[in-house]
Amino acid sequence: MVKVADLVDKLNASVICGKDDLNQDISFGFASDLMSDVLTLDTDNLLLITGLNNLQTIRTSEMSDISYILFVRDKKVSQEMKDLACENNITLIECSYSMFKACSILCEMGLEPVY
Amino acid sequence: MVFTFCIEGGNFSKAGSASSEVKKILKQLNVDSKIIKRTVVSLYEAEVNVVAHAFDGDMIVEIFPDKIAVRIEDKGPGIPDIDKAMEKGFSTATPKVREMGFGAGMGLPNIKKNSDEMNISSKVNVGTKLEIVNYLK
Repeated sequence: MVKVADLVDKLNASVICGKDDLNQDISFGFASDLMSDVLTLDTDNLLLITGLNNLQTIRTSEMSDISYILFVRDKKVSQEMKDLACENNITLIECSYSMFKACSILCEMGLEPVY
Repeated sequence: MVFTFCIEGGNFSKAGSASSEVKKILKQLNVDSKIIKRTVVSLYEAEVNVVAHAFDGDMIVEIFPDKIAVRIEDKGPGIPDIDKAMEKGFSTATPKVREMGFGAGMGLPNIKKNSDEMNISSKVNVGTKLEIVNYLK
């Protein structure tokens, strides 16, 4: 389990929306730029780690009940993405690290893989 | 209860809005969250397929006391070989669709996985009809 506030701190990341949920614990991490893969998951309490910054990333998370998205590789969230995420209570976090670096830090912190 | 939603082919900024509406309705009806997730994942995959491949389509959602039945009908190129389209990894998606994070040939198999019943029929150069049923148990 990793507290959202702790991972934000460790990754030097910024919270774009959903600042009220930072005390929550997250159990699992899944890293992908392919939303088709994300849609096959049955796991709850998941952090999605992705470099795909478009509206469908938010829609996919909405459908999959994913409440936390970490954007890596310095990808920036658009206003449209932010609005849709806020509407669905999804926390968006931006980080400049590569996906590999972010995942290795998160793994060390105790975030578990889905499979 | 019957709800009908229009799906606009090619408009990725709206893709998912019909499925999102269905999710809100099912939540209001206090449907079990696991059934909601399975249903809306199926619907979203189907909606993205219409946006990615067809000119336009309709999503007709019927909610009964014991089940949710959905028909997604589109006008478009149709699917020449449904068995092939059902294979994991087979896709005819354009680079634009792939840029959006789809087109890995996993949509139809994932709809099947997340539905209790699934039927698909298609006519080339006419369109495709997909029927999904999920029981409320």
